[in-house]
Amino acid sequence: MPTKIEKDSLTGRETTGHEWDGIKELNNPLPRWWLYVFYATIAWSLVWFVLYPSWPWIDGYFEGVLGRQERQVFDSRMAQAQAAQAQYLDAVAAASPAEILEEPQLLTFALAGGEAAFADNCAPCHGLGGAGQAQYPVLADDDWIWGGSLDAIRQTIAYGIRNEHPQSRFSEMPAYGAMNILAREEIVDVANHVLTLSGGEPPDAAAADRGAAIYEAQCSVCHGADGGGMTDLGAPALNDQIWLYGGTLPEIVAQISQPQQGAMPAWAPRLDDTMIDMLTVYVHTRGGGE
Amino acid sequence: MPDSNLERTVQSAQVETVDVLSRSEQKSQSLFAGRVKVHPQKIKGAVRRWKWATLVVLLAVYYLAPWLRWDRGPGAPDQAILVDLPGRRLYFFFIEIWPQEIYFLTALLVLGALGLFLATALFGRIWCGFTCPQTVWTDLFMWVERLVEGDRNQRMKLDRAPISLEKVTRRGVKHGIWLLIALLTGGAWIMYFQDAPSFVVNFFTGQSGAGVYFFVGLFTATTYLLAGWAREQVCTYMCPWPRFQAALLDEDSLVVTYEGWRGEPRGKLKKNPDWSARGDCIDCRKCVAVCPTGIDIRDGIQLECIGCGLCIDACNSVMEKIGRPRNLITWDSENNQKARAEGRPTRLRLIRPRTLAYVAVLLVIAGITGIGLAGRSNLDVNVTHDRNPLFVTLSDGAIRNGYEVRILNKTREDRDYALAVEGLQDARFMAIGVTEAFVDDLVLTAPADGVAAYQVYVTVPRDRITQPQTDVRFVIEDLATGETDGQNEVFRGP
Repeated sequence: MPTKIEKDSLTGRETTGHEWDGIKELNNPLPRWWLYVFYATIAWSLVWFVLYPSWPWIDGYFEGVLGRQERQVFDSRMAQAQAAQAQYLDAVAAASPAEILEEPQLLTFALAGGEAAFADNCAPCHGLGGAGQAQYPVLADDDWIWGGSLDAIRQTIAYGIRNEHPQSRFSEMPAYGAMNILAREEIVDVANHVLTLSGGEPPDAAAADRGAAIYEAQCSVCHGADGGGMTDLGAPALNDQIWLYGGTLPEIVAQISQPQQGAMPAWAPRLDDTMIDMLTVYVHTRGGGE
Repeated sequence: MPDSNLERTVQSAQVETVDVLSRSEQKSQSLFAGRVKVHPQKIKGAVRRWKWATLVVLLAVYYLAPWLRWDRGPGAPDQAILVDLPGRRLYFFFIEIWPQEIYFLTALLVLGALGLFLATALFGRIWCGFTCPQTVWTDLFMWVERLVEGDRNQRMKLDRAPISLEKVTRRGVKHGIWLLIALLTGGAWIMYFQDAPSFVVNFFTGQSGAGVYFFVGLFTATTYLLAGWAREQVCTYMCPWPRFQAALLDEDSLVVTYEGWRGEPRGKLKKNPDWSARGDCIDCRKCVAVCPTGIDIRDGIQLECIGCGLCIDACNSVMEKIGRPRNLITWDSENNQKARAEGRPTRLRLIRPRTLAYVAVLLVIAGITGIGLAGRSNLDVNVTHDRNPLFVTLSDGAIRNGYEVRILNKTREDRDYALAVEGLQDARFMAIGVTEAFVDDLVLTAPADGVAAYQVYVTVPRDRITQPQTDVRFVIEDLATGETDGQNEVFRGP
């Protein structure tokens, strides 16, 4: 507070007594109601301080007499959200994937749930949205190694491929080179033939012709005479434009000699049935469902 | 119209002087200022009549507008002005606004601000003095106060009087009526958000939601406090408008002005005064007594002046009595006052660069808004390309892209829409939940007054794709009306 009350000569008003570079500030008093509101907020903050968590101790903090904790609020809100989901979750649980597809409300719910579960569990290998990546199949296309129907997709998700689960899908392509079933030249011949199945031009037409007989004898049992594949055995179609392990001649030769055999974990032990149903519907609607 | 009280004094050639100090004269010099209570005196006159007329019209609009009906067909509310928060619609007669069209509301606010700028540049704080809700309700509350407790002197006497049955009764009646008006005000506000007739029934039968009672209570409390207790403090302390009004005024703005050049030197009225030796102001302080914010207009234009012009009525009543020219306090511009003081001719400059600029911007924005409203479509389509995967190669080599297509149907009936993609050859479509397989022509449905979202796949033969990114345009056509809307997107490939 200034020691001497000074009045501004021009306005007749008091100054605050402070001076900066010859400029003095007029005293414009706060309205009293404003001051009282300010005091009220201070009083309110003290009440708040006592009621709610407010002050850190060395190990812990003052919890407030109400004992309210944000973690409990979070838990109760989560419980509320789950309760709100329950009606849809129950309906999805009661319906088969095919029935979910028919019912717009259930479909919307299942796609949202399936998308989240897919991002958590499947996307690391298959990519977000089923985009796939090298050596992991694209799930958004129309080419299915183990079948693209709802039942086949569900089976694959639930029990996986080439894992320890007793119901796992399983097949094994012989390593024609490593196991010396075919000679090196024969493998190159058959690889040339495989390239013709999808309408491509093989680098060596004569080799392709020679390979046709070998294909007929060795490969057609699983991959089909026309290269159409066989989903029951997880034998991919060879007559299309989609190559999981590469579609060039060296890559095909490598795959015949020493096949890469992809594996996928079983999800039934980790996810509940409803979630697997929602994942099934989600994968089926990525664009290639049969 | 001279006050009847004053008519008696005119015969003795005397004018009653009011014992009143203006706000600046009694300003507290402590660090914190107590409120200087204002007891505005009753005044009659032309300005007061205008204020009453404005008040009646504005209150009538406020209370009656929610009751206007407007037929929008079945399934839609029939209230002309309605903010339907749960339904996320804003209805104003023939206009219906969806949340994503809220820019129309922005335009309305911009127009309101510009209108305010223009009015202020032309006539000073005419908004504050006549049409601001704070002024209108404060005026109404003061009228009630005057009815119950009497005019200025009686109210001051009642303030000073010790507590008595009469004092308690008068105060109780006053606050009772205030609260009733406040309740009606708060209740009417809710009618803009709920169907008015059913709201009234529900409210009084206790069937409205807790939120409704809360907001009615909130608006009742704020009306009561702001118009009954806070009054001019809202204008001087809370409202930002007085702080920057100075930037909107210029030397040609018409503002409430004391004609100092002919009023000064002021002095008490004596018998047979020599008017050539003194000013016309007889320092009766009538202008201070009637001021709702308690200021002395003779100090010049100031922040607290809300431009209501009641001091003009007060001064004119006195000028008539003492036989001097009217309008010692008047609406006039600074330039004209200088001209009058020097005896030069005056001129009214309503058209000047500042006002022309405001009018021009006002017209441009009103025009844009009008065109937007007139061309408002009943159909809106939003297309978003899938982020993952950007494209998929199919077994026959064809390229497929996925999109989310959202169709907004603003009509009152379910509609079918044909989807086409311009810029692609031999495109085939599939929509999840709509088609089992790929088709050449895709028809999508959107519900009445609603939004439908579809996952749509577009497949194009490999040899039709020549570049990694093809510009395409999704076009949706309403099969019932032929109305179309489109959005540009891209089709990606290897």
